Amino acid sequence: MQWRNSSRNYGLTSILLHWGVALTVVGLFALGLWMRGLNYYSQWYRTAPDIHKSVGLILLAVMVLRLVWRWLSPPPAALPTHTPLVRLASTAGHLTLYAGLFVVMLSGYLISTADGRPISVFGWFEVPALVTGIPRQEDLAGDVHFYAAWALVILAALHALAAFKHHFIDRDDTLRRMFGRAKY
Amino acid sequence: MLKKTFTALTLGAALFAGQAMAADYAIDKQGQHAFVNFKISHLGYSWIYGTFKDFDGSFSFDAARPEASKVNVTLKTASVDTNHAERDKHLRSGDFLNVDKHPTATFTSTRVESTGEGTANITGDLTLNGVTKPVVIAAKFLGEGKDPWGGYRAGFEGTANIKMKDFGIKMDLGPQSENVELILTVEGVRK
Ligand code: HEM
Repeated sequence: MQWRNSSRNYGLTSILLHWGVALTVVGLFALGLWMRGLNYYSQWYRTAPDIHKSVGLILLAVMVLRLVWRWLSPPPAALPTHTPLVRLASTAGHLTLYAGLFVVMLSGYLISTADGRPISVFGWFEVPALVTGIPRQEDLAGDVHFYAAWALVILAALHALAAFKHHFIDRDDTLRRMFGRAKY
Repeated sequence: MLKKTFTALTLGAALFAGQAMAADYAIDKQGQHAFVNFKISHLGYSWIYGTFKDFDGSFSFDAARPEASKVNVTLKTASVDTNHAERDKHLRSGDFLNVDKHPTATFTSTRVESTGEGTANITGDLTLNGVTKPVVIAAKFLGEGKDPWGGYRAGFEGTANIKMKDFGIKMDLGPQSENVELILTVEGVRK
C-alpha cells in the first residue's frame, strides 16, 4: 500500500492517522471520565491526569500534522454513487469533527495552564502556558472541555454509524477505502 | 421607691451609654485589609494554604462591652484560591464547595463571650455548601484607633476549626485532612 492517498483509496499515512486518532479520542474520553472519579489515595490519582494531558497534547500535534498531510495529499474523490446531499452532509460532518477535536484539545490545555503552569508531556518536554488570566479560566475551559468532549464522541459515533450504513446498506466503498481496500 | 427609680435610671443611662459607644464597622474591602485564609493538612505531612478573595461584611464593636459585639460576613465561594488552577477548579466542583449550587457562604454571630484580656469566643452560624452549623471563632482584638487618612479602624484576628463532613463536603482526603482551619484577619472602618 502506498503512503499517499490515491483518487480511489486512502493511503497508509491517512489510514494510520485516521484510526490512530479515533482510538486515541475514545481512549482519552474514557480516561477523562474515569480519572475524575478517582479516590485521592488511588495510585492513578496523579498519573492518570498526567497521561491524559500528555497523550492529549501529542494528539494535538498529530492533528496539526494531519491537516498538513490532508493539504499535501488530498483525500480521494467522493464516490460517484454519493448524492449531493450525502456529500454535503459528510463534508459538514468531517469539518465539525475536526473543529470539535481542536475545541476539546485546546480547552483542555487552557484548564491546566490557566495559572501559567506549563504542561509536562511525559516528562520529556514542557508545553508553556500561552493564555492565562481569563476570569475563572479553569472553570470556563473545564465546562467547554466537558461538553465539547461529549459532543465530539457523540458525533464520532454518528460518523461511525454513517460508515456502517455505507458499508452494510449501500454496500459501497466508503468504509473499505479507509482500510485501503476499495473494490469498485 | 425613689431609690428604685434612681437605680433604674442610672442603669438605663449606663446601658444607653454602652449602646451609644458600640460602633458599627464595615470590613475594609476596598483596601482589602481583611483575609479569610484557611489551611488543611496534606497527607499529614504539610499544609495547603488557601484564601477566599471575595467577601464582605460588617461588625459592631465596643471595647468596653465585647459581649455586645456582632459580626456578619458574606463570602463568594468561587473566589477560592490555592495558587493552583486545577486544584481550585476541583475545590469549586461538587466534590468540595459546589459553587454553582451554593455561590455564597455566610457567617452570622449569635453570641460573643469574653475569654480574657482582648480575647473572645465568637459563636455564630456558618452556612457553607448549603449547610448551616454553629461554629466558634477564637478571636483576638488587635487594636483600634484613628488611621492617618481621617478614618477610625478596629482590627481582629481569629481562628476556627471546621470539619468538612459537617458541611456536606464529599471529598475524602484521608483521616489527617478532615478538618479545615480558618485563619481570619478582619479590619473594619467605622461607618
Ligand atoms: C480529543 C481529546 C480529548 C478528549 C476526548 C478529552 C476528554 C476528557 C473528558 C471526557 C474529561 C472529563 C471531563 C469532566 O468530567 O469534567 C477530561 C478531563 C480533562 N482533560 Fe481532557 N480530553 C482530551 C484532550 C485533552 C487535552 C489535550 C488536555 C490538556 C492538555 C486535556 C486536559 C484535561 C484536564 C486537565 C481534565 C480534567 C478536568 C478536571 O478534572 O476538572 N484533555 N477530558
